[in-house]
Amino acid sequence: MAKIVDRKPLSLLEKTNIPQILKGLYITLVNFFRPKVTLQYPDQRPVIPNNYRGVPTLVKDPNEREKCVSCQLCEFVCPPKAIRITPGTISEEADTAHVEKAPQEFEINMLRCIYCGLCQEVCPEEAIFLQDIYSINGLSREELVFNKSKLYELGGVLPDKHYKWDKKRDDALHGNENH
Amino acid sequence: MDPITLILKVVYALVMISVVMTCAGYCVLAERKVAAWIQGRVGPNRASLPFITAIPIIGPFLQKLGIWQLPADGLKFLFKEDPVPGHVNKVYYFLAPVLALVPALMTMVAVPFGQYWDEAGVGHPLILANIDIGILFILAVSSLGVYSIVLAGWAANSKYPFFGSIRASAQMVSYELTMGLALLPVLMWANTADGIGGLTLSNVVASQDGLWLAFIQPLSAFLFLIALFAETNRLPFDMAESETDLVGGFHTEYGSFKFGLFFTAEYAHIVMGSALFVLLFLGGWNFLPFLAAPWPHTLVGSVLSVLWFFFKVCFMIFFFIWVRWTLPRFRYDQVMHMGWNTLLPWALVNLVFNTFLIGFLDKA
Repeated sequence: MAKIVDRKPLSLLEKTNIPQILKGLYITLVNFFRPKVTLQYPDQRPVIPNNYRGVPTLVKDPNEREKCVSCQLCEFVCPPKAIRITPGTISEEADTAHVEKAPQEFEINMLRCIYCGLCQEVCPEEAIFLQDIYSINGLSREELVFNKSKLYELGGVLPDKHYKWDKKRDDALHGNENH
Repeated sequence: MDPITLILKVVYALVMISVVMTCAGYCVLAERKVAAWIQGRVGPNRASLPFITAIPIIGPFLQKLGIWQLPADGLKFLFKEDPVPGHVNKVYYFLAPVLALVPALMTMVAVPFGQYWDEAGVGHPLILANIDIGILFILAVSSLGVYSIVLAGWAANSKYPFFGSIRASAQMVSYELTMGLALLPVLMWANTADGIGGLTLSNVVASQDGLWLAFIQPLSAFLFLIALFAETNRLPFDMAESETDLVGGFHTEYGSFKFGLFFTAEYAHIVMGSALFVLLFLGGWNFLPFLAAPWPHTLVGSVLSVLWFFFKVCFMIFFFIWVRWTLPRFRYDQVMHMGWNTLLPWALVNLVFNTFLIGFLDKA
């Protein structure tokens, strides 16, 4: 059932279009004096909200131990296959020898990364995090494949006090009711 | 004519050209800025000069205003590669942009822009050439601008420029009639029995000593304003360009400096059109309706009268830009319909009415 819209014929003044033109001029004039909301981008940066998904980086714990144990879950889950991990072992002499494994090399191709955050979600060690960095650039494709040292440089230290592997070592040495 | 007068004339002409060209150039900037502000944007504010921008407060302020955008754009037009398409008619292709700019700049010769007083205290207009056909000269020369559009469209030898030039020439021919008819009552009013007589614009300005003609003959002013928009090819009448349906209209095939010439000519037309409207209907350099100018009849007074005139012209230029960013473009048939079926009859009615009115007033 069509709705009948009552269309009034235009009045003589409306047929000249002049009132509408004046109204239009008024509207543009109001907009002319309205304060502008443009963010002057390179000079002013936007406020990045929490949980923003920027560049994925590797983090260390407060004891400067690299948290990644090269389980390669992120590599498997990564939809665009941007992550490539070369697993390595931790030497027997090291303080954290009981962790056994750490990545020998960890590369993220930022040209492939789609910033989906699945790597962060899947990581059992909370070692990879998407940071608030949103603007990366380089002069070559190779430059934009971030290696391990670059990723740690960007990621820095995550100040959470889990010390999961220290507790494991303590429990192994001294024992507790569950061990 | 002795050589000193000749040299002085050349110097005056050069000064005038540089002022009008600078105005036309900064019109482009004004257009971009006003467009941006109306649309809630910021507009050009990045171009800067090395030393001047380093001055505190003033430097950044000028940069924010985008003052340096004009040299940047102009130099870009100068130094860009200037390709000539293979399919164009070379002679007309090179002739058209020159023909666009020349009439636009030539009209300024007969445009008075201020007043000076001699020792006896008699006011004279500041004008390059005080020819007594004044307004006729301006109308005749400014109409030559349509040739550049026709030639550009023809020389480009492709369909969109051709459409653009056909539309533009038809429109300009149509609206010239209305423009002329809207002008007649103004000149009749200016040439009253005790008036100076003649077709000079300074005469029209002198007749607006009391009330401005825009208030005495609002219909003439309105019709003239619409015709002026059509003659300068400004939106809502920019049939020549109509970039949405004709790519770029008549200058589609032009690039770099030749396009720059067309661009400058368009804005020179706007400056001249605004000056003309101010002179004819907004009292020229007269201060305010029924209010004598507060400046003395000295050199300072003439400088102030020029500045006051310039201020009015700036307002008119702003009005041109303001309308452009408010109204959408008319359809081609609407333009023709409005020109011939609405404006022309009203211009005739206006002419007849004012003729009787002026005759009646002269009798009384």
